[in-house]
Amino acid sequence: MSNVTAVMRRELKSYFLTPVAYVFIVIFLILSNTFTFYLGNFYERGQADLAPFFNFHPWLYLFLVPALSMRLWAEERRSGNIELLMTLPIELWQAVVGKFLAAWLFTGLALALTFPIWITVNYLGDPDNGVIAAAYVGSLLMAGGFLAVGSCISALTKNQVIAFILSVVACFVLLLAGFAMVLDLFSAWAPQALVDTIASLSFLTHFSSISKGVIDVRDLIYFGLLIAAMLYANAIVLELKKAD
Amino acid sequence: MIDCQNLVKHFGPLLAVDQLSFKVEPGEVLGFLGPNGAGKSTTMRIIAGFLPASTGTVTVCGHDVASAAIAAKRCLGYLPEGAPSYPEMTPRAFLDFVADIRGLRGAARRGRLDMVYSLLHLEPVLEQSIDTLSKGYKRRVGLAQAIVHDPEVLILDEPTDGLDPNQKHEVRELINTMAANKIIIISTHLLEEVDALCNRTIIIAHGRILADDTPGNLEARSKFHNAVSLRLTDTTVLARVRSEIDSLSEVAHTEVDANTNRLTAFPAPGLLPLTAISELAAARGWEFAELHLESGRLDEVFRTITGGASA
Repeated sequence: MSNVTAVMRRELKSYFLTPVAYVFIVIFLILSNTFTFYLGNFYERGQADLAPFFNFHPWLYLFLVPALSMRLWAEERRSGNIELLMTLPIELWQAVVGKFLAAWLFTGLALALTFPIWITVNYLGDPDNGVIAAAYVGSLLMAGGFLAVGSCISALTKNQVIAFILSVVACFVLLLAGFAMVLDLFSAWAPQALVDTIASLSFLTHFSSISKGVIDVRDLIYFGLLIAAMLYANAIVLELKKAD
Repeated sequence: MIDCQNLVKHFGPLLAVDQLSFKVEPGEVLGFLGPNGAGKSTTMRIIAGFLPASTGTVTVCGHDVASAAIAAKRCLGYLPEGAPSYPEMTPRAFLDFVADIRGLRGAARRGRLDMVYSLLHLEPVLEQSIDTLSKGYKRRVGLAQAIVHDPEVLILDEPTDGLDPNQKHEVRELINTMAANKIIIISTHLLEEVDALCNRTIIIAHGRILADDTPGNLEARSKFHNAVSLRLTDTTVLARVRSEIDSLSEVAHTEVDANTNRLTAFPAPGLLPLTAISELAAARGWEFAELHLESGRLDEVFRTITGGASA
């Protein structure tokens, strides 16, 4: 466990030693608020909830999270640091989990810094704070899912740009799987079971139910399994590709 | 102790390491010599636990690097080729991280870190980010990372490559001070480095061991071993001097370098021509601008053994 923490702390430190952390946080805060007020019509709706805020999170994460995850392993492989890391007395999974947790903790921090909007909505009206808390949890879980996918893809290449593009595509597919438009394509001919399976693979399906305040164990299991499976794949990819 | 048995490493169709077997005991500084692409780095990476061997076994301090990887990694320090590190971090933060992973705690940790800072003269740059450091300092940070836990085994892949002569000298001094009771493996293609550092040399090419001996014994394989080189103050008598030296029973044959007029007398098998030549010179009254005994030329041995092999 202490190895996981050591890797995590080093990684987090690196975020703040480079402009990555500040750029990410600032852009995340600006975009999330812009979307909420201009596209989500936060005021005009006249409802005291944060739906216009959370509805855009999947789309924000689609581009911002891969930007964060792209360097996780690609940079390590390009610079040759992976040789250093893998010859220190730590297990591969400890390195994978440590780096993932650093990135997740960091997105958690960015998410926590959106607290003024929670204060704002409480000032303006009388929202259901339970729903908002659940939505925050859902958003964080979804970010974790995106990050795990991105981390795994980052291990596939030494090139951060390739890692970014592939991660965006992979996350886009995972998001779209739950979109009504896509599901309609299937529901016309495919059996309901298949449509449900496709929908159940989607970030959107699971996120939207949590963000409505319904924390279903199945949604938690979904994100937990997704993250675990992706990190497991991440470790396998590293084992195979580390020396290339 | 390091024990490599029948190491083989394939990269696809390429055979990088071919049935390598050797043992290294404490106190030995082993120089890995070989042309580029000979399999030096690959072998070191296998010992350090970065790459798995295709077949064969490696044990480090009694721990098999495949089945007891963590225990093996604990007792070794490794400097990868090019000394990678995290460029945005400061040496202090980077070494703190390594010390964390190495499980150093409390006073022992502080003591070790302070010792490593002073051993490698890192104090002036501790708070500077690594990417702003000179090549010499970066290399020292890499070395510091490898020795922070005072390992029994040190594996250094081209530790002085790309350093200026002063920095090379410093790194060699450092390795020499640590050599007493450790196992140190150094890869290099600088032959002078082997002379300066190692008490054992393995020459490999195409993944196979071609020679395993002390640097002195390898030099003895050179045709220059015990040869005598001389330059005359008066070069006009060179031809006569040459024929007289040639006729000595201790001398097999002589060569003259046309540019420098340097005459080299190669010894007959098992004989030392130096005394005979100097006695002859005294009797004839020859004046030398230069006279010395060759100990053997490692680069010539290296070229002979590896047959000019390169990749």
